[in-house]
Amino acid sequence: MDPAAPKPKENMGEPLPRVDARLKVTGQAAYPADLPTANLAYGALATSSIAKGRVTKLHLDDARSVPGLLDIVTYGDMDKVEKPKFGNAGATSIGPLHDRTIFHDGQIIALAVAETFEAAEEAAQLIRADYEEEKPSASFDSPGTKTIPAAGKSPLFKEDVKAGDFDAAYAAAAVRIDARYSTPTQHHNPIELFSTTAFWQGDQLIVHEPSQNVTGWKAELARELKIDPPNVRIVSPFIGGAFGSKGPMTPRTAIVAVAAKRLGRPVRCVTSRMQAFGTQTYRAETRHRIRIGAGKDGRITAFAHEGWEVTSRPDPYVVGGTSATGRMYDYGSVLTHVSLVQADRNTPGYMRSPPETPYVYALENAMDEMAVALGMDPVEFRRINEPKAEPIGKKPFSSRSLIQCYEQAANAFGWAKRDPKVGAMRDGDWLIGMGCATAIYPTAVAPCAARVRLTSDGDVRVQCGSHEIGTGVRTVAAQMASERLGVPIDKVTVEMGDSSLPPAPVSGGSISTASVCSAVLKACDAIRAKLSAGATAEGGPLAGSHNEELDLDGGKIAARGGASAKIEDVFKAMQIGAIEEYAEFAPKGATPEAVKKLYAGQSEFHGGDQDEDSVKYAFGAEFVEVRINSYTREIRVPRIVGAFAAGRIMNTRTARSQLMGGMIWGIGQALHEATEVDRRYARYVNRDLQDYLVPVNADTRDLQVILVPEVDHAVNPAGVKGLGELGNVGTAAAVASAVYHATGKRIRDLPIRIDQLIA
Amino acid sequence: MRPFIYERPTDVSAAVAIASRFTTEDDHPTRANAQFIAGGTNLADYMKLGVAAPNRLLDLNRLEEPALRQIRVTDDGVRFGALVRMGEAADHGEVKRRYPVIADSLRLAASGQIRNMASLAGNMLQRTRCEYFREPSWACNKRVPGSGCAAMEGFNRQHAVLGASDACIATYHGDFAQALIALDAVIRAEGSRGAREIPFARLHRLPRDTPHIETDLAADEIITAIEVPALPWARRSRYLKIRDRESYAFALASAAVALDLDGDSVREARIALGGLATVPWRAGEAEAALQGKKLDEASAGAAADAAFAGAEPRQHNAFKVELGKRTLVRALLETRDMKV
Repeated sequence: MDPAAPKPKENMGEPLPRVDARLKVTGQAAYPADLPTANLAYGALATSSIAKGRVTKLHLDDARSVPGLLDIVTYGDMDKVEKPKFGNAGATSIGPLHDRTIFHDGQIIALAVAETFEAAEEAAQLIRADYEEEKPSASFDSPGTKTIPAAGKSPLFKEDVKAGDFDAAYAAAAVRIDARYSTPTQHHNPIELFSTTAFWQGDQLIVHEPSQNVTGWKAELARELKIDPPNVRIVSPFIGGAFGSKGPMTPRTAIVAVAAKRLGRPVRCVTSRMQAFGTQTYRAETRHRIRIGAGKDGRITAFAHEGWEVTSRPDPYVVGGTSATGRMYDYGSVLTHVSLVQADRNTPGYMRSPPETPYVYALENAMDEMAVALGMDPVEFRRINEPKAEPIGKKPFSSRSLIQCYEQAANAFGWAKRDPKVGAMRDGDWLIGMGCATAIYPTAVAPCAARVRLTSDGDVRVQCGSHEIGTGVRTVAAQMASERLGVPIDKVTVEMGDSSLPPAPVSGGSISTASVCSAVLKACDAIRAKLSAGATAEGGPLAGSHNEELDLDGGKIAARGGASAKIEDVFKAMQIGAIEEYAEFAPKGATPEAVKKLYAGQSEFHGGDQDEDSVKYAFGAEFVEVRINSYTREIRVPRIVGAFAAGRIMNTRTARSQLMGGMIWGIGQALHEATEVDRRYARYVNRDLQDYLVPVNADTRDLQVILVPEVDHAVNPAGVKGLGELGNVGTAAAVASAVYHATGKRIRDLPIRIDQLIA
Repeated sequence: MRPFIYERPTDVSAAVAIASRFTTEDDHPTRANAQFIAGGTNLADYMKLGVAAPNRLLDLNRLEEPALRQIRVTDDGVRFGALVRMGEAADHGEVKRRYPVIADSLRLAASGQIRNMASLAGNMLQRTRCEYFREPSWACNKRVPGSGCAAMEGFNRQHAVLGASDACIATYHGDFAQALIALDAVIRAEGSRGAREIPFARLHRLPRDTPHIETDLAADEIITAIEVPALPWARRSRYLKIRDRESYAFALASAAVALDLDGDSVREARIALGGLATVPWRAGEAEAALQGKKLDEASAGAAADAAFAGAEPRQHNAFKVELGKRTLVRALLETRDMKV
């Protein structure tokens, strides 16, 4: 295992410990369901046990007889509230209590509210429904699904990218592969359960709920409840794992708010682990067909990627990863097409690198197959196809350090010692396989506001309505303020996770560090300008020095010539106690409405494939060793090395932690994670952590993260590429490649399990 | 969760007395109004999920009889008190030395936290983890007799290929039980009709058409001890557990093996299979197939074929037949090669 706090290299910040580390490890950090609330009532959900049909009758008498029961919110009780909206901040358009139609398994049919959690749960379990049941369509291949093109169904997926004449190039290619891949349904399963606590103070509604988008939720909840957005406050100071699951608001929030209003007292509803599978979002199952044509020299001339994705009947959620896979290598010609398959399922949603995880898995598995078909080393194959510009729009990459990542990771891994022959490496009864794959994630940034205050004592307070979902954004925001204002980090306090703070975009798409740091940087620079002006003004302690030559460090402001003054003396001279600056950061190319939309809870993303001047991506290379028992075929991953380049690294400790977590998740995607769907009933079967497996410590032995230095000023003022979703891209393909190397079996359907290897 | 009465009797006879007052002769332990609880790692879960619903819980952790918490190893065998925690038995030096298969089966089960809570008797009696049993909205003959079995034609990857019936294919997931059945363990129990001993092999019942009846115990009977007879050659024994991840998962297939070797031929073999059957599973056919044979890959393979001759695979668990065989072959060869 490499050290937790890597020594910073060029363009990397110090591995400072997280500013909230002590609070978290001592249990003092208050997550939304921990926030103290007086006179609390407890809610528990009752959910449907069918996936399609209608509720004809609800039996509530048994539930009502439970001692301590206060209320049951069900059909009819939400009629004065708007239905939820899908897209932006809303997870689904299904208003479960607006309509007796059942769209999916585990749909909310009632909320029981009681004096205690136990009574609420008992009452909820006693609620019975009579249904008019219809035969549901579970997934791909189920009768009754409808397949539609994905392009244009989502603002994030406008078109199927293409370039050149694929058909001709593929037909003419000397070496061709044509293969199909699939990835299963996956649920985020953050350790912190989903919860809503709602209470009203007059017209004001306060909601404590783990959220990756407090400003967006404020707007959406106000719309649903038909109240003014300023009267809604979403509070989410700490989030115990999110991964996208706490990005969009689900219908539960408004239901709990209505329950609190009816009772005139606070209501808290914590959903069970099982209920989360149906009431939250998930990673849709996907299927892929990939065709690659190449010359004998290994140069790719034709690439086609077709994708199919399951979604719900009412909501066209698009995974759509062809934008990244279509730009990955120097293909010559590109053809892509994505289809949605509508089934009787809850609406899927964002889950850590939503498009890239499944699509790059398919691409990189296919790349490995092609390298085998060419008899070529898979690293060399990628090197040969390294593009100068992306193949779709022929734009340059703002920076691309993929080959450096491959070189450094291969070196650390010992790739040169790999015997490329299938099944050639062995340790006693264990077959050894080694494989590699590329990681890619688009670098985006969005408008963001922040308020920074510096007092004469050198205390700094940063306020920004972003979210600490475990990434360390609170820490890197503090680092940015500490660096720019020249104060030690323990003098910096960062407030986040509250919609009453300056608005920040959704904490998704790995944009938070770049967006938040850019806004904090801007506010800090405004403070510096005021301080400098004050210091150099007539009567100021540095009068006569040039304003722009001043620097802030160690609580002092210094001119280039060596003269310096304490900050507190500058404040004295200016006769003020604090400087507070409110900054709005808008990325280059932002629309005129971009910042205004931020206040309405809409995040306008820039970067990735959207910009005119260049495309912006972070890259990495991952190398995996697997060991497979020659008798029983269980697969273990004793070693994994990843090298990643992502522009400015704000903090090598939190960056490594993000990438490490991603790679571990990647191992889980390769070998463990799958939500099983009972295809007869379109119902989830393994709805708990007993049967929904994720890697445990014993599954991650030797894991190494290499941070590759990279400078990119084009991405955003902070020079930062998001890396929170980079580490888990490609891992599963690297494992599949290693499994092939060990066994000669090409497994194309995830997860890779004993089942497929033993036959 | 439904409200319930919680009592903490202080000796076995008091616990039995309360239990017999609130149960009838026809009650099965898992369906009785009054039920015993020790570590609470299984029953408490099922109460929260609405799968088990006793009105009265009798907590056995305050029982004062010291023997309930003792491990006694003598030349006659080993006696485990029923309240010994899994972790204590797994770490016991003499158990590890004389019966590695027992220590391994416990060490490879659950997590450290659970092993520190769960009692040995409770562990033996753990109920299936069948997903369809765990969730009250599915049809399940074990949970609601006569309601059907959703697993039979459903997602049944983890389900049993041995010992199933038309009513139930739920797997018995325990590990410790495989070591016990292989070593001819005996259970001591006390109930309102007195104390008795039950061969471990007779403790669990095949599902047949009554999958809700899981054991031979009466509702007011408490297991007090587990006795494993002396078996000097059990030093050559091991427990091999194959699962999707390295730790903290139930067996897809496991094998408990003890071998008495005469050079490289088998004088006697003890074999049990886990994760594959509806109850703890002694593979007598495999044992017979090995007797007097030279133990090598071929004879081990023949024994494995014998063990699975009656296997009934279903849609998602068909791989477990081959996996089960290979697990047994590997366990036999690894046990043969142990340095004892």
